[in-house]
Amino acid sequence: MFETLSDRLNEVFQRIGKKGRLTEGDVDEAMREVRRALLEADVNFKVVRDFVTAVRERAVGEEVLKALTPAQQVISIVDDELIKVLGSERVELEVASPPPTIIMLVGLQGSGKTTHASKLANFLKKEGRRPLLVAADVYRPAAIDQLQTLGEQIAVPVHTDGNKESPVKIAQNAIKLAKDKGFNPVIIDTAGRLQIDERMMHELEEITAAVHPTETLLVADAMTGQEAVSVAQEFHRRLALTGLILTKMDGDARGGAALSIRSVVGVPIKFIGTGERVDALEPFYPDRLASRILGMGDVLTLIERAQSETTEEENLKLQEKVLGGSFNLEDFLNQLQQIKRMGPLSQILEMIPGIGQAVRQQNVQVSDDEFKHIEAMIHSMTLQERRHPEIIKPSRRKRIAAGSGTTQAEVNQLLNQFKQMQKMMEQMGNMGGGKRGGKLRGLLSGNPLAGMNSPELEAMMQGGGMPPALGRGTAPARPAPPQRKKSTKKKSKSRRR
Amino acid sequence: MVFSRLFRRQTQPEPKIEAGLKKTRRGIFKDISALFERSEITDDLYEDLEELLIQADLGVETTVELLDNLRARINREHIRQPADAREALRAEMIALLHHATRNRKIKIYQRGVPFVILVVGVNGTGKTTTIAKLAKFHQNAGRSVVMVAGDTFRAAAIQQLQVWGDRLNATVIAHQPNADPGAVVFDGMKAAYNRNADILLIDTAGRLHTKYNLMEELKKIRNIIQRHVAEAPQEVLLVIDATTGQNGLVQAKKFAETADITDIAIAKLDGTARGGIAFAISRELGIPISYVGTGEQVTELTEFSPETYVDALFFGEEGDSDNV
Repeated sequence: MFETLSDRLNEVFQRIGKKGRLTEGDVDEAMREVRRALLEADVNFKVVRDFVTAVRERAVGEEVLKALTPAQQVISIVDDELIKVLGSERVELEVASPPPTIIMLVGLQGSGKTTHASKLANFLKKEGRRPLLVAADVYRPAAIDQLQTLGEQIAVPVHTDGNKESPVKIAQNAIKLAKDKGFNPVIIDTAGRLQIDERMMHELEEITAAVHPTETLLVADAMTGQEAVSVAQEFHRRLALTGLILTKMDGDARGGAALSIRSVVGVPIKFIGTGERVDALEPFYPDRLASRILGMGDVLTLIERAQSETTEEENLKLQEKVLGGSFNLEDFLNQLQQIKRMGPLSQILEMIPGIGQAVRQQNVQVSDDEFKHIEAMIHSMTLQERRHPEIIKPSRRKRIAAGSGTTQAEVNQLLNQFKQMQKMMEQMGNMGGGKRGGKLRGLLSGNPLAGMNSPELEAMMQGGGMPPALGRGTAPARPAPPQRKKSTKKKSKSRRR
Repeated sequence: MVFSRLFRRQTQPEPKIEAGLKKTRRGIFKDISALFERSEITDDLYEDLEELLIQADLGVETTVELLDNLRARINREHIRQPADAREALRAEMIALLHHATRNRKIKIYQRGVPFVILVVGVNGTGKTTTIAKLAKFHQNAGRSVVMVAGDTFRAAAIQQLQVWGDRLNATVIAHQPNADPGAVVFDGMKAAYNRNADILLIDTAGRLHTKYNLMEELKKIRNIIQRHVAEAPQEVLLVIDATTGQNGLVQAKKFAETADITDIAIAKLDGTARGGIAFAISRELGIPISYVGTGEQVTELTEFSPETYVDALFFGEEGDSDNV
């Protein structure tokens, strides 16, 4: 749906590149693409304007004009500036002395306050604290029940006075209870409200005046659009926010709202919510969010998902095999099955920089059914054949095709692609690389692309679209998208129309 | 409150105007009217419009297309006066939203066959509240309503629907928390028959459209529904939060692919929500937008109409000045 910024910048610079020299006007054109990418990520219009001005200044100054890869240069400036705005350091929760620390969660309806109150309690409990949850949402039907149920799940007590008492009184009672019983911190879940709802906003001011929260955290939905700024500004103006929790980050929203909020109210992003389970709360990493806002793929998340699906031991074994050149069809099958567990193929591909773009541009149908055919073919092979595919001669091939309901040509294709993959792995093995590279290798070895009927994709992979990703250190890998042959590109464009 | 006034057509009781909501909306449409208070149509006007529309969450592509169309119309009709350009913009915006009404199917309510409405959406968009509003809406039309607490996952989601059921005096079919949603739906379908219900409203757990398994679960629920009534669910309603940015488009697309949504409801359009995503959805997907939810009151649900939507969001009627 959205092209990534790097695709677009590459396009711009390639177009310009033909005429030899870059001018300041060309940088302007690149800036328009930067602007567009940010707007599509829901970064606030005004924030984008200021941001682009800052990037432009640096871009002109930093000799993008003379750079060998101007697109990469621009991207790294953008990335840098994004991280600067998002905050480069992790900010911990404040701790009050004397106790208890009081954390109040505020936000619009449906942003995830109740869920995150319990996630936060769970998080703090694991740190060895004794949190108390406070049900101060007396308006939404069953909000109190919800918090109580969640509290039970994580074995954290929930203070409630029902829905007849005022939220101010409930908060005060809870603090008293916490002081008596030694609960610390106290986490107050408030009702969702619009920032322009005078009466409801006043209620929050009253709670603040009554209990003086140590932390007032705005819980904001990562999917929020341009309105995010007004929401944050108004909550900040009235309550002096101390931080932000960005929720629903397990979806595919770019999360530009975070950038808007950060740059307008300046409070740090303290946590991100990444799922519905009580443990789906993570500390915030600005670099990851930066690549996400730019739609550059999210290799780190992909790696994490892969890790959660595989054991360390499996990975090590695999890595050895890949590096040692003994990776066979049996391992390939295992890999396929692991990838399948990680989610639908199209989604996984989207997370790999460069690949998602290639898939979109070439209009390749990514289907999980491809897996089935490959699986069927491998299942129809004997163990011997899986381990030594080179022994598969025409008569075996015929049997495999018949056994898996495919054609000999398809079997052939699989074998050829597998051979190419092995070659690629050998190259990777020679490249060395850090620990993280090893993980990536594990992923790539089961490369789903091998099953796809697209010579272009293969050409791309061999052309170095992927391997550079492995050489990089800790930063999210961001290889230059592959240089496609002109003819291919034209074809794909016309197909898209 | 501007919204309830403009959208009120179907709601019977006078919606309460809360003091806090008085500031609603003035921001954007004051700006848009001010833009046209100039002596001639210049490039600046287009630039300012672009800024405004993007800030209303229309998205870059939709904004660009809308402005191209506007430019074309202004040339075609030889428009010189900014005031006329304002009308032209209004017309273009309404035309864009008409994509979202064209495919709307006529709802056929048959005696003896429950009209099944499956309500889906990502987390926290206002599904349960929308269900309560829909229940009220159908009750007002004299139809009997049964609700199914299909969100067995989120803590206390069942109680939340039950509270609404009590308030509206409608039957709620529910199982234990963490029960199989398919089983609840199955019982709900049976109950709809046994009680001769006209409308069966099925609540589902919020799910991000990126969660493969959860999206597949919707297919299963559909199969169960169809075991009882082949043409059901007659309505699959996607609820989108009006404050959502460009991700709303992705949501609509993904839910259309897996859940075959027939209708969209834009919820929470009561505050300062910009609601521009409706234009992007209309332009790109053409899925019918059928309802607009405008507040927390159970009566605050209205039928979507392009004219009203555009006027309320961008061109506020002159008579609204008492709300400032």
